Amino acid sequence: ESADAQKTAFLLRKAWTLYSVTPLYGFRRARLRDYARLLSAFIAAERQRGLAVEVGVELDIKVALSSLADLRGSQLDQAALLVQLSSRSRASSRNSEDKLVWSGWFCSVFGDDLSENVPEHFTCLPLFLTHGAESYTSLVGSWFQKTFDCCFRRLAISPLNLSWMVAMWAGCKLDRPASAVELVFSVPRLSQPLDISYAIHPEDAQALWDTVQKTPGEITQEEVDVFMDCLYAHFHRHFKIHLSAAKLVKVSTAVAAAHCDGIVKIEHSQYLPGVLMLLTELAISQIQ
Amino acid sequence: HIATSLPLPSERDHLRPRIDLIVFMIDIKSKYSLKNVETSLAHVDASFFLGKVCFLVTGVGRVNACSIDTNAVCKLGETYCSPVLFCELELEGVRAATAQRLVRMLQISAGHIPGVSALSFVSLMRKSNDD
Repeated sequence: ESADAQKTAFLLRKAWTLYSVTPLYGFRRARLRDYARLLSAFIAAERQRGLAVEVGVELDIKVALSSLADLRGSQLDQAALLVQLSSRSRASSRNSEDKLVWSGWFCSVFGDDLSENVPEHFTCLPLFLTHGAESYTSLVGSWFQKTFDCCFRRLAISPLNLSWMVAMWAGCKLDRPASAVELVFSVPRLSQPLDISYAIHPEDAQALWDTVQKTPGEITQEEVDVFMDCLYAHFHRHFKIHLSAAKLVKVSTAVAAAHCDGIVKIEHSQYLPGVLMLLTELAISQIQ
Repeated sequence: HIATSLPLPSERDHLRPRIDLIVFMIDIKSKYSLKNVETSLAHVDASFFLGKVCFLVTGVGRVNACSIDTNAVCKLGETYCSPVLFCELELEGVRAATAQRLVRMLQISAGHIPGVSALSFVSLMRKSNDD
């Protein structure tokens, strides 16, 4: 079990930017080394053309592609694909270490809705997560788009989906002390933008969710509504502000945090499959 | 006449003309607007639900800012036997088209169109597989 934890440790406690990706055409697992070489050449060529990523620094970008066999929901899912860009300064000595400058990974966790309807030669990995400079993201994205005829789109998360996330994750029991549950709202139509941050003690949030949820393991829209309404009512009682009229932009729990611009941070490996399953679902609904 | 919630203040009851159509506006970005509409519905006389009520859901152009479950709104329409219209007020074309639809519905509800009564809205809402 600790070997699994080591493999997935890289994705914890980092802010990942989310994208939805349409199925890849003609992708072959056996050719990962070739793809790495081609992507590396593409990046070098683009930088030659003057699309300099870092001005004034001589860097060689090395590309590594690997499969993460365990990062999937079921055997029906494709194994996750990890892309890593590392740099080694040309000026430094030969035994200097490579520095990881950008990582991105494609995954599918219980993405059957998409993969069962897809014709041959297509590989479904609808969720793409990136960490690192936007310029590298667009280089990698362009290469994948050209090579596999796929399409990337930023994955935005609506307030409705954020409220699902906070309800689900606030109710998760963790084996170590949890941090506060925080909701951030942005108030529209004011002359100066106003952000309201509402922090709840994790035990209170869990206790509330326990009284709301009827069947463990199942969550309904009604239960999420009741949970959120309780939080809104409590806030209104104290501050006379209707949070339900504001826009929920960010939620943060001990399990994970999510922002409406499509940025997610997973704190805990314990609920990783659940979080990825939800994100995969969001990516698929954006594609369809 | 525009009101932020119901019931309307009783002081002006005697000055108020007959009400032919009530349009409940729900902003898809505001859960509060849905709650407000739900509580206001309780103050509407039952006779209005025979074609003189409709729900207008605004802001549907921005799917990513959605704070309301649209299934809940459709269910509301079914519960109160009233049509649910979706629109995006920020788009001029849609705004104009929606206004025209509402005026048309108002003409029918006010009895200005001979041969068509407000009760037809209720029968138009029945889904074809119900028959």
